[in-house]
Amino acid sequence: MYFSTELETIERNELEVLQLERLQQLVKRVYENVPFYQEKLSELGIKPDDIQSLSDLQRLPFTTKQDLRDQYPFGLFATSRENIVRLHASSGTTGNPTVVGYTKNDIENWKELMARSLTSYGATPSSVVQNAYGYGLFTGGLGVHYGAEHLGATVVPISGGNTKRQIKLMQDFGTEVLCCTPSYALFIAEVLEESGIPRESLNLKTGVFGAEPWSEKMRQEIEDRLQIDAFDIYGLSEIMGPGVAAECKEKDGLHIFEDHFIPEIIDPDTCEVLPYGAEGELVITTITKEGIPLLRYRTRDITRLTIDPCSCGRSHVKMKRVTGRSDDMLIIRGVNVFPSQVESVLLSIGDTEPHYLLVVNRVGTLDTLEILVEVSESMFSDKIKRLEQLERKIRQELDSILGIAAKIRLVEPKTIERSEGKAKRILDKRKI
Amino acid sequence: MLVKQISVFLENKTGRLAEVTGTLGSNKINIRALSIADTTDFGILRLIVNNPAMAYQLLKEQGFTVSETDVIAVEIDDSPGGLSRVLRLMDENKINIEYLYAFLEKKEEAALVVFRVEEIERAIETLQKNNITVLKGAQVYEL
Repeated sequence: MYFSTELETIERNELEVLQLERLQQLVKRVYENVPFYQEKLSELGIKPDDIQSLSDLQRLPFTTKQDLRDQYPFGLFATSRENIVRLHASSGTTGNPTVVGYTKNDIENWKELMARSLTSYGATPSSVVQNAYGYGLFTGGLGVHYGAEHLGATVVPISGGNTKRQIKLMQDFGTEVLCCTPSYALFIAEVLEESGIPRESLNLKTGVFGAEPWSEKMRQEIEDRLQIDAFDIYGLSEIMGPGVAAECKEKDGLHIFEDHFIPEIIDPDTCEVLPYGAEGELVITTITKEGIPLLRYRTRDITRLTIDPCSCGRSHVKMKRVTGRSDDMLIIRGVNVFPSQVESVLLSIGDTEPHYLLVVNRVGTLDTLEILVEVSESMFSDKIKRLEQLERKIRQELDSILGIAAKIRLVEPKTIERSEGKAKRILDKRKI
Repeated sequence: MLVKQISVFLENKTGRLAEVTGTLGSNKINIRALSIADTTDFGILRLIVNNPAMAYQLLKEQGFTVSETDVIAVEIDDSPGGLSRVLRLMDENKINIEYLYAFLEKKEEAALVVFRVEEIERAIETLQKNNITVLKGAQVYEL
């Protein structure tokens, strides 16, 4: 089943014609409206008219998350604020959050792609979709919501948490499609099992899981325990939100909606473009966006692209499951965490450069974050009270910046392993 | 009238305390008094030694987080009510005690109590005015 048959099964050569046309318009649009890009393109000696073929894409500059922060809040917007109908922002970082803006048209496209994704998973206009992604500045909730409505499905906008109520509404409303993070799905399964609610009392058929890394093993577990078909969804707010790419019934990679995004895989160190099949960093150019169109955005997600014909009939390339990051970003309970954020909090508290280690674990279905901090002489006090205050202060500041609670453990100097060269700041013990 | 106390940060791991005392012992530093305040994850070892400056240096070289704090050592009667009298005096004069620990003098019939207070000068003044013996650092180190 397709939502937009013609566009989803478009012949590759026709797709390329469409992409080139849109790429040319995109480059013209950012050149004329975004001083940041005009400067970058001028430095490279590129004029919009120079884009004559899709391979010219490789001449264009990359865009990074840092660029979005540096241009906070609206510096990368390609249209006036009056045309922006919605703003989303990242959970906040040490410096500026990354802000993205959508025009009416952008929202239309987002809805369309999210509806395509849901259809690809088997949802129909008669489905009841329970949306347990968070609503708010995070793109997950509203992205899924508008897409499901656009499809014509019945949306239950419950947002995350309150699991007993989630289950009750699933029973009472006959929910068929559950949208949430994969770890929350496992938590729901746990609560179901513990409360002895018979699976037959639910009408659940499909799960749409994203916003954090997960594995085939986890898919198997979710499918077994919830007795559903579990699908992966990919997206990031910088590009759009959920629905940049979606799995089909094959469950072997996610089709990237190439009529809106041009994907590339690069070597993260050399930035050289790699051929189909090679593993590297995913780079995306948004060819239809008006609010904040991006040239060659470096997602930092490590994956592979395949172009082999798919049995589902969709002609768009597939990306494999994201296997890691080319930077040190961690995703903990759906929240992006950079060690540098922890570092700046520690720096603001002590007056020396701290040694610290982020230990991430998964206890049951919940990700936990413990931060080991070496106590320096400037932090140390002979009073327990003072050290406990220090722990509390670090915890509170991190919570307000990251939005997640971390356990702080003060440790003796030199107990955190020193490595040659780049410091090791992360110990990820999650078995995903 | 001030006594230097050495404080050491210790994780709650086996053998850490032994390493501190080992370092001090092999360098002929004698521990006069000791106390440990602990939480689930860590503890603070507080020491009165015969040579605080050297102890500080040695432990620092060993990679410990160490600090030096001024405390006061008060001599009290080693008899029922001895400590109580001093504490009541502190209380009446609104001197807030952060922590305290006690040890016995070997020769005389007196006990020593180490006090960590915020207003150290005022505490000494108050105690002395009330005829309570506050020991000098040198006296304590040589006990």
